[in-house]
Amino acid sequence: MATVDLDNIKKRFGNTEVIKGVSLSVQDGEFIVIVGPSGCGKSTLLRMVAGLETISEGELRINGQRANEREPMDRDIAMVFQNYALYPHMSVAQNMGYGLKIAGLPKPEIAAKVAEAAKLLQLTDLLDRKPKQLSGGQRQRVAMGRAIVRAPSVFLFDEPLSNLDAKLRVQMRLEIRELQSKLGITSLYVTHDQVEAMTMADRMIVMNAGVAEQIGTPLDVYERPETLFAAQFIGSPSMNVIEAEARDGMLHFADITLPAPSGITGPVMLGVRPEHLAPDPEGPIEMQVLLAEPLGANTLLHGRLTSGAGFTASLPGVHRVAPGEGALRLSIEAGNMHLFDAKTGRRIG
Amino acid sequence: MAREVTGMVERRGMGLWFTHLLMIAGVLVIFFPIWLAFVASTVTQPEIVQPPMPLWPGDRFIENYTAALFSGVNVPVLTMLANSMVMAIGIAVGKIVISLLSAFAIVYFRFPGRNIFFWLIFLTLMLPVEVRIVPTYEVIAGFGMLNSYSGLIFPLIASATATFLFRQFFLTVPDELAEAARVDGARPMRFFWDILLPMSRTNIAALFVILFIYGWNQYLWPLLITTDPSMNTIVMGIKQMFPSGDDVADWPVIMATSILAMVPPVVVVISMQKLFIRGLVDSEK
Ligand SMILES: Nc1ncnc2c1ncn2[C@@H]1O[C@H](COP(=O)(O)OP(=O)(O)O)[C@@H](O)[C@H]1O
Ligand SMILES: [Mg+2]
Repeated sequence: MATVDLDNIKKRFGNTEVIKGVSLSVQDGEFIVIVGPSGCGKSTLLRMVAGLETISEGELRINGQRANEREPMDRDIAMVFQNYALYPHMSVAQNMGYGLKIAGLPKPEIAAKVAEAAKLLQLTDLLDRKPKQLSGGQRQRVAMGRAIVRAPSVFLFDEPLSNLDAKLRVQMRLEIRELQSKLGITSLYVTHDQVEAMTMADRMIVMNAGVAEQIGTPLDVYERPETLFAAQFIGSPSMNVIEAEARDGMLHFADITLPAPSGITGPVMLGVRPEHLAPDPEGPIEMQVLLAEPLGANTLLHGRLTSGAGFTASLPGVHRVAPGEGALRLSIEAGNMHLFDAKTGRRIG
Repeated sequence: MAREVTGMVERRGMGLWFTHLLMIAGVLVIFFPIWLAFVASTVTQPEIVQPPMPLWPGDRFIENYTAALFSGVNVPVLTMLANSMVMAIGIAVGKIVISLLSAFAIVYFRFPGRNIFFWLIFLTLMLPVEVRIVPTYEVIAGFGMLNSYSGLIFPLIASATATFLFRQFFLTVPDELAEAARVDGARPMRFFWDILLPMSRTNIAALFVILFIYGWNQYLWPLLITTDPSMNTIVMGIKQMFPSGDDVADWPVIMATSILAMVPPVVVVISMQKLFIRGLVDSEK
């Protein structure tokens, strides 16, 4: 049980600043997902919390106590690595018990704890196997088991599901989440997959180029993205963004005019989620449909606006669009429009 | 690998016979001198000296080998075998320990001068024993290590080749493993001992075979620093048995000694080969 506080944490490799000041307070038992594109610094941030990477600037507090200088083993954390990092020459039981062995626990006690964790993860029959005799999902569970036997205060996960196939990923997602809420252990979870982030997080950090673009609950981020980046990264298919001009209380783009929130003038970026568009013969938005992707429950329509900008709509149910004749009029509720400053990308309405 | 073997077995007809014939002929050519040596070690001195040389073993096996083992020419072969054993094992183990540790330091630690040390080790590749034999002799003599096991072993222990081998192997071990061990609370030496060493088992076995034979076959260095016959190693000892001047060479005993000198390396190769291949088959990387 622990809280974790990041206070303006920065990381420099030589002269390049990779993490540019991230602050976050994690509550006891909270599941935080760090999400962002590859190379944005997610792993680096997590590794600084783990103590595998030094913190260039800022303060890390675990349970309110400064932990910057502590060795990983003294931070009371456990980590699950992307490639599992199981010791190849040790059996499953030895892998899980290694940390306890180093801590100097007596053998019967280690065996008991390992057995308990194995039961929780349905690994009991596999305890004598070597990692190479396990499937990907089983290895994943062993890595989890190694983390939980030590009953740490904080769990750290670095893209733990990225080596599994899609179906197993969905299953393990649920298992991890279930396990975490059962044990109530504060967790930081890194992923580049926005679906994982949306489904698992209590709160998530959307990272981009070493900056935390937004910190909030999945629905917060989805409904009120603070930046253009967060808006486009979260949600699938990703949000349509159109350059527009706000004048006299109206938004103009191409030959389309929409009512704008009051008090905004000048160039803006208008964000519209594909799933918020509705077919409407009177609608202000006209789209030439070039391609339809039927997904069953809904249909993705890809096409162009009259201005030539690419545009995607996601309509419920099945829509058969004959090629060539696909001109479609769409409308959008004012509440579902997101406006961002054209220069800074920050939300303005 | 398994597929290649099946492929070879499945090759039928003339090709199969021909390749086998060729291999058998090759083995015979290589084996023939060893056979002659063995034959010579089982007959009497006069039988060797008068042509034609016998091609089939005689009845003096026990006598000749007993004579070689327990009295020899200058010194009992048993003593020389023991000396060689100590030296070969000392060199092999010493080289493995030192190179494991230096590779560990070079791969896993960032310390000032890391590159310099790396290149210094590299440099020693260009300085085999023969090149530095005079200064090395000076040093060993200065330390009073002539006619001693330490004198036989220490100068041959440093090994750039083995260090490189382990370095290459350590570089293939995923960083995540070291990090996982760190999170588990393993200090560096604990990680080395509990994880790196067991993972290097097969490399160590392979290297041990090579280095044991290297140590066993050392000739020049023991010749130089052992003047006391009781410190002779077997490979140089065989040469010492050759008569000087008009003495008569006791060929059966010399040949018995040669055969005996071959036994330990062969035993090491065969016994370690099993371990080595088993290691390769259930490779654990
Ligand atoms: N040890 C290192 N030395 C220099 N640059 C690094 C190092 N580790 C990571 N980086 C850089 O930091 C950035 C963030 O890396 P990382 O945290 O691994 O990204 P992510 O996990 O989000 O994909 C990348 O641009 C990467 O090149
Ligand atoms: Mg990463």
